Amino acid sequence: MARNSLGREIPEIFNGKRYIPYRDPHAIEPETFHFQRASRVLKRNYSGSSKVVGGLREAIVASGLKDGMTISTHHHLRNGDRLLNDLVREIDALGIRDIKIASSSIHIVHAELIPYIRKGVITALECGVNGPIGEQISKGELTCPIVVRSHGGRARSVISGEVPIDVAFLAAPCCDEYGNFNGFYGPSACGSLGYALVDAQYARKVVAVTDHLVPYPALPFSVAQNIVDIVATVDSLGDPRKIVSSTTQLTKDPMGLLIAKYAATVIDSSGYLKNGFSFQTGTGGISLAVAGHVRDMMRARRIKGSFGCGGITGFFVDMLDEGLFEGLFDVQCFDLKAVESIGRNRKHQEMSAGLYANPFNMGAVVNRLDCAILSATEIDVDFNVNVNTESSGLLLHNTGGHCDVAKGAKVSIIVCPSIRGRLPMVRDEVTTITTPGETVGVVVTERGIAVNDHLPELKAELIRRRAPVKDIHDLRDEIYAATGAPKPVEFTDEVVGLIEYLDGTIIDTVRTVRA
Amino acid sequence: MTDSRLRRTMLYVPGNMPSMLQNVPLFKCDSVILDLEDAVNYAEKDAARNLVRRFLSTWKERDKEVLVRINPLHTEWGRDDLAAILPEMPDAIRLPMCETAEQALELDAELTQYESAQGLATGRFAILPSIETVKSVLNAYAIATSSKRIFGLAFGAEDYTASMGIARTNSGEDLMHPRMMIVMAAKAAGIQAIDTVFSDVGDMDALRRETELVKRLGYTGKCLVNPRQIDIIHEVFAPKQEEIDYAQEVVEAIRQAHESGTGVASLRGRMVDAPIVKRALHTLRAAYAQGLTDTPVDEEILHG
Amino acid sequence: MKIVKKGMAGTMQSSDLMVFVEPADSLQVEIESTVIRQFGHLIRVKVDEVLARNGVSAGLIRLTDRGALDYAIEARIETALQRASA
Repeated sequence: MARNSLGREIPEIFNGKRYIPYRDPHAIEPETFHFQRASRVLKRNYSGSSKVVGGLREAIVASGLKDGMTISTHHHLRNGDRLLNDLVREIDALGIRDIKIASSSIHIVHAELIPYIRKGVITALECGVNGPIGEQISKGELTCPIVVRSHGGRARSVISGEVPIDVAFLAAPCCDEYGNFNGFYGPSACGSLGYALVDAQYARKVVAVTDHLVPYPALPFSVAQNIVDIVATVDSLGDPRKIVSSTTQLTKDPMGLLIAKYAATVIDSSGYLKNGFSFQTGTGGISLAVAGHVRDMMRARRIKGSFGCGGITGFFVDMLDEGLFEGLFDVQCFDLKAVESIGRNRKHQEMSAGLYANPFNMGAVVNRLDCAILSATEIDVDFNVNVNTESSGLLLHNTGGHCDVAKGAKVSIIVCPSIRGRLPMVRDEVTTITTPGETVGVVVTERGIAVNDHLPELKAELIRRRAPVKDIHDLRDEIYAATGAPKPVEFTDEVVGLIEYLDGTIIDTVRTVRA
Repeated sequence: MTDSRLRRTMLYVPGNMPSMLQNVPLFKCDSVILDLEDAVNYAEKDAARNLVRRFLSTWKERDKEVLVRINPLHTEWGRDDLAAILPEMPDAIRLPMCETAEQALELDAELTQYESAQGLATGRFAILPSIETVKSVLNAYAIATSSKRIFGLAFGAEDYTASMGIARTNSGEDLMHPRMMIVMAAKAAGIQAIDTVFSDVGDMDALRRETELVKRLGYTGKCLVNPRQIDIIHEVFAPKQEEIDYAQEVVEAIRQAHESGTGVASLRGRMVDAPIVKRALHTLRAAYAQGLTDTPVDEEILHG
Repeated sequence: MKIVKKGMAGTMQSSDLMVFVEPADSLQVEIESTVIRQFGHLIRVKVDEVLARNGVSAGLIRLTDRGALDYAIEARIETALQRASA
């Protein structure tokens, strides 16, 4: 065990691999470590014939998948995804064992994988998870080593070959027989294929799986024929109603609205809300309410922003159509309006996860962000943020782009209610560190705004405007005065998962909760 | 004196809902009215009373005016409400269904008795009577002048329309007459007029129009049931720049008068008397609360 | 205060709790809570304090808590006791 710079005990070796403890957001220089791009063996295909091999089972066989290999899928179909569940069922039926999953994310719908984990078909998760799988792992009820990565961190690990993907099975909502595909059209349309683009480039074998085979060529393509090995057809990739199921309603909760109003004041006070403004926000009710304020201020002052970024909602599409942004960088579409927009508007740009947030390239889009709204399950007095576990200690959420965006944006703003069901959300210590405090700009709760030391001018401006600026320790004390001090969750010494920072160092671990 | 306090928004919070009560310290309204009356079922009157009492006992650093709407004194709950609530030192009691000066005086006597028993200054607890029936509208001036504790008259439209046998409309002509009667009675008595709630939370434009209307009539505040309405009401009651400029000139004139020892100030050829200063202070309070000025109001200026 | 019959107070809304009391020979307290791991100890302290202040020495007291703050716990227990002793 080693202790990282945030005081967390980190195993040097986990599931047979050696890891470096986190030190600071700039500690790892890829040049110093001689990181390379992953290489693929050059192959040839002189034939112009169809690459369709049949269904999933035929595709698995044709891909040469063997015991011990690593597979991936993308999570653009979110909770409507059928592919990963069907795929693992077929892998099991073919008697293949010891498979590692390195998907871009895993959702609640994938709880169906649990029996296959118990059976030894799946033996490791090289990606974060949402829902029951992580819950059971952190309760010690399910054994499966797990390494949680951010979107940018995952892109990095795939591009550098740290996580070599043997076969990528990529849901292809609109695909032709020679392997060109996009996510814009078809019954399982999901819009941007941002997370899949990295796998398509770097996996050793690429299988496009479609439920909507169109005559050649499927244009415009997001992934082109020259990097696709195999095409498989299935009846359905998923349930379209659940593909675009995220909350895209503004909150009506008065406390949520108060948080949104304060966050908007922070943005207004940052000095960046002028021509050229760039902005990212999520899909939660509070985030959207902040976006509503930003839109109103941009309208009223005739501000033309440069770009909106991240997972894209109809709200951002409306802002683009209204001329409030020059363009949108879209790694993932959250609703039908965004799907429809990306298929028609060339200023609504599809973006790979690598372009979005990979720290080891010549410039990710997050580097160009002025202000970003991020969420939290907990925050501590050092501004460290947890989004992976809840105060119960259970691993319930994937990282998403949280630490990538916090590091990239000039002002990262965490919005979070101060109390959830008596649990204080600003605490002495977070259960799990996802994002290091030094990359977090501002914490906004309905009880006040805490500004990190690296933004003294923003703090002064907020005070000048009589916004409720509070020292984060005072904020914690005020919340504890209402709730009482919670008893810390007790953990065993057994490390069942790692939380990787975007540069590949280990910022925290997941231990099983003591019963 | 309480009578000049800023009361643009007086938010009702149901007395039996912990999820709402615990956010009371965070709502950005000027006053909060913890409700034991209409928002609470008959069977839960005792529970709400206990809950509001315990909530108030934990809320030490109060940043807004606190009223409790008790049940009318002639009901079986009214006096128990008072007995439970007064030890927690609310600023005022909202008296529902106040139809006559005698009813206001009855509450006044209860409060006086409690104050003297506890050694509190007489008048520590204020009264905000609800003018919410035809009879109370007709008695508005008598009610307004019945007790020094009364800092304002609060219109209640729902019960008023019921007592008239009419339905409330969004256009407002049905309420024009009582609104005028109440604001005239309040102004004549030298106290504030507070308008009724606007219950359609979905229609913010109509809320804005109604608030603009009552502001023109002379109302200085409005009751509300949903915190989402606070910002709009504050926006409407925010003074205009020329009003702020004028108020600042008034205050400056009175300051100079105090300094020169004359005590008599004049501005633009007109004597600046106490009502003008009070109005200027109100304007500046509202401007400061809305972030339109950077310096808090010097409340002492009126008295030199 | 003596518990002479069954009494109940509160709701199942979030930030609230339900309290059930009934006569018993000895004092028994059962607490169920969404935050039992983090706050079970503080809830128990509050319950004991309110029971002692009201002189309750016998009865079955059951709480089903949905993350209520201390003041609400106190008020709901008081109400249930008042209803059970009247």
